[in-house]
Amino acid sequence: MNLRRLLSIVIKELRQLRRDRLTFAMIVGIPTMQLLLFGYAINLDIRNLDAAVLDQAQTAHSREVIAALGETHVMNFKYRLTVPQDLDDLLRAGKISAGLVIPPDFERRLIVQDRVPMQIVVDGSDQVTQQAARQLAALPLAGVINPGGASNPNQTAGNVEIVNFYNPQRLAPVNTVPGLIGVILTMTMVLFTAMAIVRERERGNLEFLIATPVSPGELTIGKVLPFVGIGLIQTTVVLLLGTLIFHVPIRGTLFDVYASALVFIIASLSLGVFISTMAQTQFQSMQLAFFNFLPQILLSGFMFPYAGMPWPAQWLAEIFPMTHFVRLIRGIMLRGAGLSDLWPELVSLGVFTVVVLGFAVMRTSKRLD
Amino acid sequence: MSAAAQPVGRARTQDVSEVAIRARGLTKRFGNVVAVDELDLNVDRAQVYGFLGPNGSGKSTTIRMLCGLLLPTAGDIEVLGYRIPEQAEMLKRRIGYMTQRFSLYEDLTVNENLDFVAAVHEFDRARARKRIAELFERYWLGDLGDRLAGTLSGGQKQRLALAASVLHKPDLLLLDEPTSAVDPQSRREFWDSLFDLVDVGTTILVSTHLMDEAERCHRLAILDHGKLVADGSPRELMDALPGAALLVECAAPRKAQAALTGFADVVALAQIGANLRVLTRGGDNTRDAIARHLHDAGIEARVEPTSPNLEDVFVAATKRVSRKPPAAEAHA
Repeated sequence: MNLRRLLSIVIKELRQLRRDRLTFAMIVGIPTMQLLLFGYAINLDIRNLDAAVLDQAQTAHSREVIAALGETHVMNFKYRLTVPQDLDDLLRAGKISAGLVIPPDFERRLIVQDRVPMQIVVDGSDQVTQQAARQLAALPLAGVINPGGASNPNQTAGNVEIVNFYNPQRLAPVNTVPGLIGVILTMTMVLFTAMAIVRERERGNLEFLIATPVSPGELTIGKVLPFVGIGLIQTTVVLLLGTLIFHVPIRGTLFDVYASALVFIIASLSLGVFISTMAQTQFQSMQLAFFNFLPQILLSGFMFPYAGMPWPAQWLAEIFPMTHFVRLIRGIMLRGAGLSDLWPELVSLGVFTVVVLGFAVMRTSKRLD
Repeated sequence: MSAAAQPVGRARTQDVSEVAIRARGLTKRFGNVVAVDELDLNVDRAQVYGFLGPNGSGKSTTIRMLCGLLLPTAGDIEVLGYRIPEQAEMLKRRIGYMTQRFSLYEDLTVNENLDFVAAVHEFDRARARKRIAELFERYWLGDLGDRLAGTLSGGQKQRLALAASVLHKPDLLLLDEPTSAVDPQSRREFWDSLFDLVDVGTTILVSTHLMDEAERCHRLAILDHGKLVADGSPRELMDALPGAALLVECAAPRKAQAALTGFADVVALAQIGANLRVLTRGGDNTRDAIARHLHDAGIEARVEPTSPNLEDVFVAATKRVSRKPPAAEAHA
């Protein structure tokens, strides 16, 4: 490894990149576009779910619970019922997606705490609704069952506590933006590296380089290094826009955010290098990059909850670097966790990098056959 | 060192300084295809050694094996005293390789390309600047410094490619069909540059399918289907041509060509303007037979011997291993 040679490859790569206007524009354009698109458009969070309320207790307490739940705007209580049968009818007709049932002995249940004090009935035919309502049901009940004293800061009047950690306004961008860093980095890092390396082969430059003292290691590292910088720029763009436009919090330290981004960038670059060893043309490398891209996004937990996947999918997700990065970045940005809390994810990314890079090196030879 | 083109004996010279390349039994198979077949080569230092052969004859494959880019299936190679492929990495500091296709970066300027190549060869900045200025001078790159390599003309690209491949003053320069894409003027200038390099002791290995290029080489190896079918200096090859070249002057060269196609001992026919050039296997008897045959066919023609050229050598050499056309057998 010769530093001067390595540096000359980096400089050459940056010069080429500067001339490649389209790629250059994509470096900043892709994160900006995706951030705006996903930030505004993807909203898996259900609001204003049509609902009915069946208050059989009719006490001050029960009315407060209903009011508190209504304030979350998750359920829109269109109907106030008195007969249980009506609830069934409305659900079956599809007029409501959920119903809140408060039993006549609501007060007694709260005091004795022997049974669940109230019930949310959900239209189970819609998976997303079901999930949203289930979450909703889980949250206030925690407070109702354990009515805290003055020590509980999230307590609302009437001892009904709406507990929503980390994203109290239930804003989608707060969940989306950190994961979006992962999506953008996966897409650009893997694709750009694979294409940059294959381009050298496709355009015949490799035939010249191969007859010079340049080693495959120098060539690969030299070509990949600029992308580390580009990845960090993209991370910065998403962080800036995310905090400015969508007010996404960064509760952990910036150092941890960048450190985990860096580790993830290196893992993605290794994957790109590996892909480049399998492709002969830029088009092939692009196809391979996309082939890897989709499962990474779908299984990483960015779009669909990891917990809901069957074990083979979970097992596969554990391999993908993006899964670990999504956990890292959400932990750091939203929960204020530190790298010391999340070190197993870093280890996973490290192992992935070493293994994939090892395979890539084994497949690279400095010959033409 | 002079560029004397003495034929080199098969003597096992221990003095490696005289021999740039020695290969024995060099073979390369791609699957079932034998691209290079049991090639024996001796290339002296400070001369231009040419590989002449049709497309697919194994020229490029041979060159690539000699500089360690391809692993030979069998055979021993010694280049500049290094055993190849074992010591290929050390050899790479002393060879320059100019590929068939322009292989520098089209999206970098001429200066940027040369800067990069200099850095690759571990030149420090001052040395690189000095050497690049020299190359600009020698290869008439003039004010092209800030032009993108992709926008250069064929001849300019080629001069840049040559400048890049000799930047580190290699002892051995390998050129793979270097002038296929340039005009005759550029080609002539290019060859002048090559002889300048030979004068300072560079050995040059060049593959070509162009006769005028082949004629300029000190020594030539004619390849066909991966086999060495002839080698020697162009003069030797022409003198050693079996048979004779004849010029048939007549009013209807095309009719004469038709009449002679498949005639016994005729190796090849080619119309050159108003004349017909005939390459034969035989001597004066054949010439008389041809004259008689044309006369019988009602074609008035003068059949004169002519001096053989390299194309005749090439045609004779590559015809020998390929099968005779069935018509010729019927006549014989």
